[in-house]
Amino acid sequence: MSYLDPVMLARIQFGFTISFHIVFPAITIGLGSYLAVLEGLWLIRKDPVYLDLYHFWSKAFAVNFAMGVVSGLVMAYEFGTNWSYFSTFAGGVTGPLLAYEVLTAFFLEAGFLGVMLFGWTKVGPGLHFFATLMVAAGTVVSMTWILASNSWMQTPQGYEIIGGRVVPTDWLKVIFNPSFPYRLVHMGLAAYLATALFVGSAGAWHLLKYRDNPRVKTMFSMAMWMLLIVAPVQIFAGDEHGHNTLEYQPAKIAAMEGHWSNAPGESVPLILFGWPDMAARKTLYALEVPHLGSLILTHTWDGQIPGLDEFPAGDRPDSAIVFWTFRIMVGLGMLMALLGVLGAWLRWRGQLYDQRLFLRFAVAMGPAGIVAMLAGWMTTEIGRQPWVVYGVMRTADAASRHSALALSTTLAIFVAVYCAVFGTGISYLLKLVAKGPDRGIGPPDPHANLSPARPLSGAPDIDPLSAGTGA
Amino acid sequence: MGIDLSLIWIVIIGFGLMMYVVMDGFDLGIGILFPFVADTHERDIMVNTVAPVWDGNETWLVLGGAGLLAAFPLAYSVLLSALYIPIVMMLMGLILRGVAFEFRFKADESHRWAWDIAFAGGSYIAAFAQGAALGAFIGGFVVTGPSYEGGALDWLSPFSVFTGLGVIVAYAMLGSTWLIMKTGGALQGRMIGHAKRIVPAVLIGIGIVSVWTPLAHGAIATRWFSVPNIFYLAPVPILVVATSLLSMRLLTGGADSRVPNAGPFLLALFLLFLGYTGLAISLWPNIIPPGVSFRDAAGPVQSQGFALVGALLIIPVILAYTGFAYHVFRGKVTGKEGYH
Ligand code: HDD
Ligand code: HEM
Ligand code: HEM
Repeated sequence: MSYLDPVMLARIQFGFTISFHIVFPAITIGLGSYLAVLEGLWLIRKDPVYLDLYHFWSKAFAVNFAMGVVSGLVMAYEFGTNWSYFSTFAGGVTGPLLAYEVLTAFFLEAGFLGVMLFGWTKVGPGLHFFATLMVAAGTVVSMTWILASNSWMQTPQGYEIIGGRVVPTDWLKVIFNPSFPYRLVHMGLAAYLATALFVGSAGAWHLLKYRDNPRVKTMFSMAMWMLLIVAPVQIFAGDEHGHNTLEYQPAKIAAMEGHWSNAPGESVPLILFGWPDMAARKTLYALEVPHLGSLILTHTWDGQIPGLDEFPAGDRPDSAIVFWTFRIMVGLGMLMALLGVLGAWLRWRGQLYDQRLFLRFAVAMGPAGIVAMLAGWMTTEIGRQPWVVYGVMRTADAASRHSALALSTTLAIFVAVYCAVFGTGISYLLKLVAKGPDRGIGPPDPHANLSPARPLSGAPDIDPLSAGTGA
Repeated sequence: MGIDLSLIWIVIIGFGLMMYVVMDGFDLGIGILFPFVADTHERDIMVNTVAPVWDGNETWLVLGGAGLLAAFPLAYSVLLSALYIPIVMMLMGLILRGVAFEFRFKADESHRWAWDIAFAGGSYIAAFAQGAALGAFIGGFVVTGPSYEGGALDWLSPFSVFTGLGVIVAYAMLGSTWLIMKTGGALQGRMIGHAKRIVPAVLIGIGIVSVWTPLAHGAIATRWFSVPNIFYLAPVPILVVATSLLSMRLLTGGADSRVPNAGPFLLALFLLFLGYTGLAISLWPNIIPPGVSFRDAAGPVQSQGFALVGALLIIPVILAYTGFAYHVFRGKVTGKEGYH
């Protein structure tokens, strides 16, 4: 396949646009829940620190959310523009799932966002907290539907093929397909980790600049608690996910491990590093730990897993890529756990806020969650190749028949617009975070909240209680 | 079969798209009017009138896409492939416009102009692309079985360019009348002036489309001008003319020269509704003109049924909290407070 082959171009275009998109939702999901926690803590403890943090992070949330919305809009149409045969074939399953996502999540988020960001003076604290909760819930519901759809494409069930297209026969089976629970947990944790690392690195950065006020300390401390608890859970969840994949998509695991063949009675080593060569059908320069592959994947000393050689050449995913994306993800996951443990140890010794080497480590880990998440998705998606619906429809048969010229032109436009627009957006986001939550804003003050995004200062005051009934 | 799922779905999708056109129409109209308002402060007011609601408005477009994929996957696939270029244009326009809402308040004063251009430019591109897609849709597509067989530029024709420009003007009408309702003082006065010129332009545009389409498509001519039909359908053009005249009367103040308020906006909504109805009458029951009816494109009954339960239960709830949001932010946006 040449790189100017239309199917490849369509894949690059889809991969490019969704890789940009997923970064924003991940932070939206994490920050949405974080804001809900901050507001809840403020309501319970009445400590203004939480409120200041809420105002601070809600600005970042607003910018990030806008980018998530517009990049997501592209995704909803790309299934038709780039994968029209896939949509004709499987739209009976993916369509209703996407429709439920719009109905139960997107409208909910959009509907309550205004109240959440600008409603401090327009509604009472209870209703405001409710709006924050609805937005946070919307992001999680959205993740649930889209992952049900993606997981069904990985491990399809609950359908029949009638007249050349997928007809769902059992919706519960479609939604709760075998890989869905694992993917949902793993991706949800990834979003929380990515956000915790981002918040933590912002906190560490301000601490390094000696701007250690209670707000900065609180957010840094919260992020470190989050890492300490969630990073190990994620490693466990990832391991479980791997077992599920071994059961349903063994070729993917073989590719991730760079494992080609089994001799009778021989155990599977864990290849730490190496270079899987698809043409030579072996992994070059392999640095192996004997028996560890068997232990991790089969929980036995000598267990075997299928090797890539056992699959027809046309059904093998590209091992060279997924071998490395998988290791990047796992490596970063280990570093996250290390950061969490170091944080706990320093906290116990009373040095959490002033061990500078540790703070530098925390700053450096800021993007790690996003990188691990993207690496994870690439492992999942490229490891699924050459199938778009695993075992049912090949990617090559899914693509619309656009010319290479049309696809390369639009790809160039996407790359130019995305880099310019989202590049600038991310720089605004970082600038916002760099300002830091210094100034105490105190109790709800209408004007404090006007400077962020979309000011609604012009809207007249209304009685919060009478307005609340429509919710 | 007891329930005609395909029929219910085509109505829901038609409703969703109409909600989109009228709601995002006035947001895009604000961007289209931007070049005609030089004052930064007035531009801020214009943006502030739609800032709280644009995201929800745009969600109707996502519902249209998702609904089409759920109920008529074939139509979704063929239409989006055929309209690939205008769709990409529209998406790029909506990206520029959407982020500009946030970014123009985040940018340094000295960079503000760039996001103002993105806001206006994005609105023009999106509106033109939607109109051109509509024109191409009316013109029909080359289809065999489940495949779009035409080329990447088939959508481009004099007619689609005309409808592209027409939608820009129609959104400008919604935007200007929305601002007449939501603002006061000099800005409102200026918008009344614009609206007075835009409303007749929209009427002329509708007129040209009404002549052009029956001339180009025999089936559409038969639909409108064959004998019993012409009597049933006559009210549509009559109402279009009457609505425009009434709107002009309100805008020029009539005899008592009162400042218009919500009236012109409501009439503009009604005018677009009529235009939309006219198109629906011309094209019914085709979902991929000229030859594929919505029944031919129907997805599995199991899919349509499953999604319908959600749509019927949840759309009323959505309408309720959308109404709540508009209620919270109702009334005129004055320049006094501004944002800081
Ligand atoms: C893990 C979660 C996740 C994943 C895998 C995806 N999204 Fe997403 N999406 C979200 C989580 C999310 C979100 C958190 O709910 C967003 C981000 C900001 C927002 O408004 O909602 C969102 C926004 C968003 C929007 C804009 C919604 C609006 O107008 O408010 C659309 C149309 C999509 N997405 C569609 C997609 C499609 C078609 C995807 C698959 C190819 C996809 N998303 C992957
Ligand atoms: C959100 C995070 C995701 C990322 C980062 C991601 C990444 C990718 C990448 C890199 C590819 C290209 C694979 C290749 O060229 O070999 C791809 C393909 C694809 N993905 Fe995903 N994906 C994500 C989620 C999803 C979801 C949620 C869906 C479906 C609901 C999905 C459906 C597809 C489809 C249809 C293709 C095209 C066919 C293919 O090449 O496999 N992806 N994705
Ligand atoms: C350190 C131990 C980890 C292990 C053993 C692990 C394991 C896995 C496996 C086996 C897959 C592929 C599943 C499939 O395609 O069927 C996967 C995917 C993925 N991983 Fe990890 N992972 C780990 C850490 C992480 C971390 C730290 C993150 C992000 C913060 C992350 C994010 C993802 C994402 C987003 C996917 C794609 C979605 C999915 O299939 O769930 N992973 N992981």
